Amino acid sequence: MSKNDIKVALIGNPNTGKTSLFNQLTGLNQKVGNYPGVTVDKKLGVSKLSATQNAIITDLPGTYSINPTSIDESIVLKTLLNKDIAASPDVILVVADIENLKRNLLLFSQIKDLEIPTVLAINMVDQMTKKGITIDLSVLRKELNTEVVLVSARKNEGIKDVKEAIIRCHVAAKASPLCNIDSKIDADYFAKLKEITPNYSMYELWLMITQNSFPDTISAEEKEKLLGFQRDISKLKKYQHKETIYRYQEINKILKKTYLVDKNKATDLRSRLDKIFTHKIFGYAIFVFLLLLIFQSIFDWASVPMDFIDATFADISSYAKQQLPAGVLSDLITEGIIPGVGGVIIFIPQIAILFMFIAILEETGYMSRVVFLMDRIMRRFGMNGKSVIPLISGTACAIPAIMATRTISSWKERLITILVTPFTTCSARLPIYAILIALIIPSKKVFGFLNLQGLVLLSLYALGFATAVLAAFILHKTLHINSKSFFVVEMPNYKLPSLKNVFFEVVGKTKSFVLEAGKIILALSIVLWFLASNGPASFDNAEKNTIENVANKNLSDDELQQKIASAQLQNSYIGILGKTIEPTIKPLGYDWKIGIALITSFAAREVFVGTLATIYSVEADDEDATTIKQKMSSEINPDTGQKRFNFAVGMSLMIFYAFAMQCMATLAIVKRETKSWKWPLIQLFGMGLLAYVSSFITYQILS
Amino acid sequence: MSTIASLHIGEIGYISEEALDFIPLKLLEMGCLPGAEIELIQIAPLKDPIYICVNGSHLAIRKETAAQIKILKSNN
Repeated sequence: MSKNDIKVALIGNPNTGKTSLFNQLTGLNQKVGNYPGVTVDKKLGVSKLSATQNAIITDLPGTYSINPTSIDESIVLKTLLNKDIAASPDVILVVADIENLKRNLLLFSQIKDLEIPTVLAINMVDQMTKKGITIDLSVLRKELNTEVVLVSARKNEGIKDVKEAIIRCHVAAKASPLCNIDSKIDADYFAKLKEITPNYSMYELWLMITQNSFPDTISAEEKEKLLGFQRDISKLKKYQHKETIYRYQEINKILKKTYLVDKNKATDLRSRLDKIFTHKIFGYAIFVFLLLLIFQSIFDWASVPMDFIDATFADISSYAKQQLPAGVLSDLITEGIIPGVGGVIIFIPQIAILFMFIAILEETGYMSRVVFLMDRIMRRFGMNGKSVIPLISGTACAIPAIMATRTISSWKERLITILVTPFTTCSARLPIYAILIALIIPSKKVFGFLNLQGLVLLSLYALGFATAVLAAFILHKTLHINSKSFFVVEMPNYKLPSLKNVFFEVVGKTKSFVLEAGKIILALSIVLWFLASNGPASFDNAEKNTIENVANKNLSDDELQQKIASAQLQNSYIGILGKTIEPTIKPLGYDWKIGIALITSFAAREVFVGTLATIYSVEADDEDATTIKQKMSSEINPDTGQKRFNFAVGMSLMIFYAFAMQCMATLAIVKRETKSWKWPLIQLFGMGLLAYVSSFITYQILS
Repeated sequence: MSTIASLHIGEIGYISEEALDFIPLKLLEMGCLPGAEIELIQIAPLKDPIYICVNGSHLAIRKETAAQIKILKSNN
């Protein structure tokens, strides 16, 4: 990035192909950052406008107007009101969809009144003939007093025109309002408003008071005066309504001269598809079928690459063991870091497949139909039709799922969705379920065709959803939050998904998951390794004591090493921690070694299996036991002489992981999204208590 | 007087001029303006929300919102 780069903000209604245009302009030159102050992901990309000129393009969340009703939309307003030189855009690129030009121009007219140089890109022009639309570009340019270009982002047509228009617009740097709203509403009122400060345009000041959003650059005295205007709220509301009507009148006047639709040419594919997708029987049947398809692919298709990744990391680990000199650092690398990184990488196939499905469903316009079908049902549980998307995404990972709740404008509905999403079975629970099921459930067919192991896994997923819905219902009845529930969803036209957009979406989201989760797991595996290989005085004496204790038993070198390692583990910090909590978890059927895994997996559930693997590999007395499953299977409960992982313990553990809030990353994201520690703490203790009680009951009944 | 909620599937109405104060700003911005032609396209299987087309915008709104907005039906 250099100082000469033009800062461009990309703005548009949802479903206008804004993302396509962003991808075409920037290609792979994208990165995700944070907006200062608000921690909403910001997509940035560099675009080469000409041989000498680059632009930094910020992709703002899709919005219908700059009067925000959701967190996503408020970002747009905050970015535009910011006068900080480093952050404020030089040029705004407004994307509009040719078919909904009238509504799209409302947002354009608001942006234009901010008096920032603006380019209007009318997208999806390849649909013009099919939809019977004709447009007079030169008159439109004159009427809107701005650069207007026609593009077809998906077909990569007109992108060069957009780039040239950005440069021209930046050089000319002219910016004049489109609608003089003051004279049409109340000239005196707006004149008084304008008097407050010359640093902002009248419309910017109007936005500050109507949206109660004041930039840092405004002085205390100016803010005081602006707050004075806020006293008469009904007047503000009335004027906002008048403003919108007036804007539409102006837009209609302009479009009358420039935009023509021959309605006879419009096809009715949309209405035919809607009849099927929103049908009271077929609609739900198709939705359930799609869900089953998604789950099938997560379990079945993903298992091939996952097995491959698992084997590869095992190979790397053993190769590193051979190559590296024996020592503390090598142990850290081969027993801590490599399995730790492998533990994150292994989720990529599942997460990528899930993100791919969600991206396709959103791209095609089908997701809006699901929201439409599900809203009434979800409302009964205090949620919103839009909550369906987080609940489905939650089966991959709760983190992107919780971020997907930002489009829900009612705070109560959004909060409930955030609180219950971690109950859905995320992919981090899968390795725990998989290994425990393999240990305690026989692989046999029931009713002749269903695999019993698969059936148990499916039941655990059903349990997760059922608990989420039940918890939502309880929260709905107990949380007394007054928040206006307002619901409006655009039903976009159906279209074929763009492979490019789906690809970018999957790559971007998977990358940020791997980096976020990877950081925590890597850090934790180092901490865990440290705690397991260090301890108080008794740890240092463990080796000596063990040698003395077994001096007369004629043990082989290997056996002696194992005894020492076992004694060291028991006396390490982590061993002491495990022993300390052992009395608490004994009623659930767990010993101190499982206790250690419970503690470490508090950071992230998937650490559970790895921790047990580390603990048992240190101790393992069976040379052939190489896989984690074999190691766990050969573990004996010294009290009973039976296998440690019997049916009761296995079930108790699975129930524990189904309910417990064992994920630091999710807690952090909930804190970020709810802006308080209250909600993540309620989640942590509420879910923890439920997990403890349920596992206790499960173990006591089954054992 | 009729509201958007009282439309049948496929029926067309016109948003009443006196409805202005009852239309949420967000809907207004999405094209739901007084005088505009409004068509009910679909009702969700559980009778709520409803799916409308107004000023070229295809929108799903809840019945409680729809019931606040008065319309004139094309036949009266």
